[in-house]
Amino acid sequence: MASSTLASATSNWTPGRRAGLRTRLVRHPSARIGGVLIAMVFFGAVMAPFLTPYDPIQIAPPQRLQQPSRTHWLGNDLYGRDTFTRVLYGGRISLAVGVLSVSLALLLGGSIGAASGYWGGWLDSTVMRLSDILLAFPAILLAISLLAFLGGGFWNVVLAIAIIYTAPMARVARAAVISVRHEEYVDAAGAVGAGDARVLRKHILPNAIAPLVVESTLRLALAILAEAALSFLGLGTQPPAPTWGQMIAEGRSVMTFSSWPAIGPGLAITITVLGFNLLGDGIRDALDPHVHDS
Amino acid sequence: MLTLPTVLGVVVAVFLLIRLVPGDVVTQLIGLEGSLPRGRVEELKELFGLNRPLHVQFGEYMSKVARGNLGKSLRTGRPVGPELVRRFPVTVQLATMGLAIAIAIGVPVGILAALRRGRIADYVATAFVLLGLSVPSFWLGVLLILLFALRLGWLPPTGYISPAESVAGNIQHMLLPALSLGLVLAAASTRIVRSSLLEVLGRQYIRTARAKGLWESAVVLRHALRNALIPVVTVIGLQFGTLLGGTVIIEQIFALPGIGRYALEGINLRDYPVVQGAVLAIALSFTLVNLFVDMCYGFIDPRIRYE
Repeated sequence: MASSTLASATSNWTPGRRAGLRTRLVRHPSARIGGVLIAMVFFGAVMAPFLTPYDPIQIAPPQRLQQPSRTHWLGNDLYGRDTFTRVLYGGRISLAVGVLSVSLALLLGGSIGAASGYWGGWLDSTVMRLSDILLAFPAILLAISLLAFLGGGFWNVVLAIAIIYTAPMARVARAAVISVRHEEYVDAAGAVGAGDARVLRKHILPNAIAPLVVESTLRLALAILAEAALSFLGLGTQPPAPTWGQMIAEGRSVMTFSSWPAIGPGLAITITVLGFNLLGDGIRDALDPHVHDS
Repeated sequence: MLTLPTVLGVVVAVFLLIRLVPGDVVTQLIGLEGSLPRGRVEELKELFGLNRPLHVQFGEYMSKVARGNLGKSLRTGRPVGPELVRRFPVTVQLATMGLAIAIAIGVPVGILAALRRGRIADYVATAFVLLGLSVPSFWLGVLLILLFALRLGWLPPTGYISPAESVAGNIQHMLLPALSLGLVLAAASTRIVRSSLLEVLGRQYIRTARAKGLWESAVVLRHALRNALIPVVTVIGLQFGTLLGGTVIIEQIFALPGIGRYALEGINLRDYPVVQGAVLAIALSFTLVNLFVDMCYGFIDPRIRYE
C-alpha cells in the first residue's frame, strides 16, 4: 500500500521536484542521523588500515582477553587480537555482503516484479504464487537451509540472502509498476508506437523506482542482520577473516573472562542497522508527502 | 483461500531444495566423511531414491509426507516425525512466550506513545523502537545471559527443564530466550500500535465519543484501539515468521531442545531427512499461523466476511 502511494506521489518527476526531494532528505533528521552513522561505518571499514596499527588476523597470545585500554579501545579477544581492529575490518565483509545481496535481489526481484506487474496474466499469477511459497519460509531459516546445501563462504552467503529477499523485492516492484501502468503518459507512449521494453525502461521504471529505493535501504539493514546471524551460526565467511557475527560467537565462549569481544561487534551491527533503518525511514518520508506519522 | 496451494508449494520446495544441490546429497555426505566405500555410496543413493527418475522420487516423497513418514535420521537412525512431535512443544512455548512479551510491552507502550505524542514518553518509545529494530536478537540473548545469568546470577544461562518436571524451573529457563525474541518483536509492535492508533484517534467517531462524555479510557480502549487492531494483527502475524526463524538461533544459544536446534544439528551433520522434516514443520507452522491471522480479521472487524 505504501509502495503504491509512493509511486503515485512521485510520478512525473521533474528536475525541480528532484531538487526538492534532495532538500527534504537533507533536512530530515532521521535521514541525516542515519546518513552520518552509515558514513562512519563505511569510513571505518574502508580506511581500517589507516585507523589502526594492528593486524586483524595475526594472533598475539600475551595480550589475550585484555580489558579496554588507551591502546586497545575494545580490549583483545581470546587470541590476543585487537577487538576494535577486527570490528573495523569485519565491517568490510558485512557491508559488502549487504550491498551485493540487496543489489542482486533488486536486480532479480525488481525485473521479475516489474515484468509481472506490466504484463499481468499468467506470468503475474505464477510469480505471485511462487513468491507466496518463498515467503512461507521464515527468511533466516530459508537462508540457513540454502547454505546447508550450498556450503558456507562469502559468495554463497550473498546468494542465499539475495534469494530470500528476491520475493519481497518482486512484490514491491510489481505494486509500483501496477500503480503507474495506467497513467496517461504511459498510454501516450504506447500510442506513439513505443515498444513494451521502451515503455517499461523509459516511462514506467523511472516513475516506479521510489518504493524500490526505500525497500532496498530497509532491506540493507535486514541483510546485515541476516549476514551476522549466519556468521554467528558458522555458516558465513569462514575464519580467520573477521565478521561481526562470528566475532560475537567467539566472544560468547569467553564471556566469563571478558565481555568486550562480544559487545564490540554487536554494537557495530546495531549502529549500522540503525543507520540504514533511519535512512530508509527518512527517504520514505521525503518521497511520500502523505507520510507524517510513522 | 490460497493456503492449500501454498502448503503444497512449500512441500514441493523442500523436496526440490534437497535435490537441486550441486552434485547430490550423497556427494555432500562423502565430502563431510572424507570417503565412503562404493557399496555405501550406492546404499545411500538407494536410501534417498536418487537413482530413480525425479517424478518417481516426487511421487514417493509425497506419499510418505501425506502419511506423516518423514524418514529416519542418518546419524541416529531414529524416525524424524516422532522426534519433531517431541520437540515441537519447546519451540511453540518459546514462540508463544516471545509473542506474549512482545504484546505485553508493545501494546501499552504504543498506546502511551500515541496518547503522549510529541512528549517525553513518545520520544522514549521511539528510541526503544529504533533500538529494538536494530539489535540482533542473538546478540541481545548473549547480553541477557551476561547480565542476568553471569553477573547477577538470577536466571540460568542455558538448558531446559520440562514443565512436567517443574513449572517454575521451566519458566526460569525459558524467560531469557523468550525475552531475546520478544523484545525485538515488541519494538515492531510498539511502532505499528502507535502509528495505527494515531490515525484512528483523528477520526470523527472518536471526537463524537469524547463529545458524548465517555471516559478517555473507554474512548481509547473500546473505540480507538479496536479499530486500530487490524494492521497491528497483520504486522504481528507477519513478524511471527521472524519469531519462528529466530527460534533456530535462540534455541542454539540457550541449548533448548526445540525444532530449530534440531534443524541446525541436522544442517551441521548433513543429516538431510532431519533438515527436510524440520524445515517442513517450521514452514508449515508459519503458513498455518498466517491462515489463523487471516481468520482473526473477521473477529476483530465484523465487516470482514469470508465466502
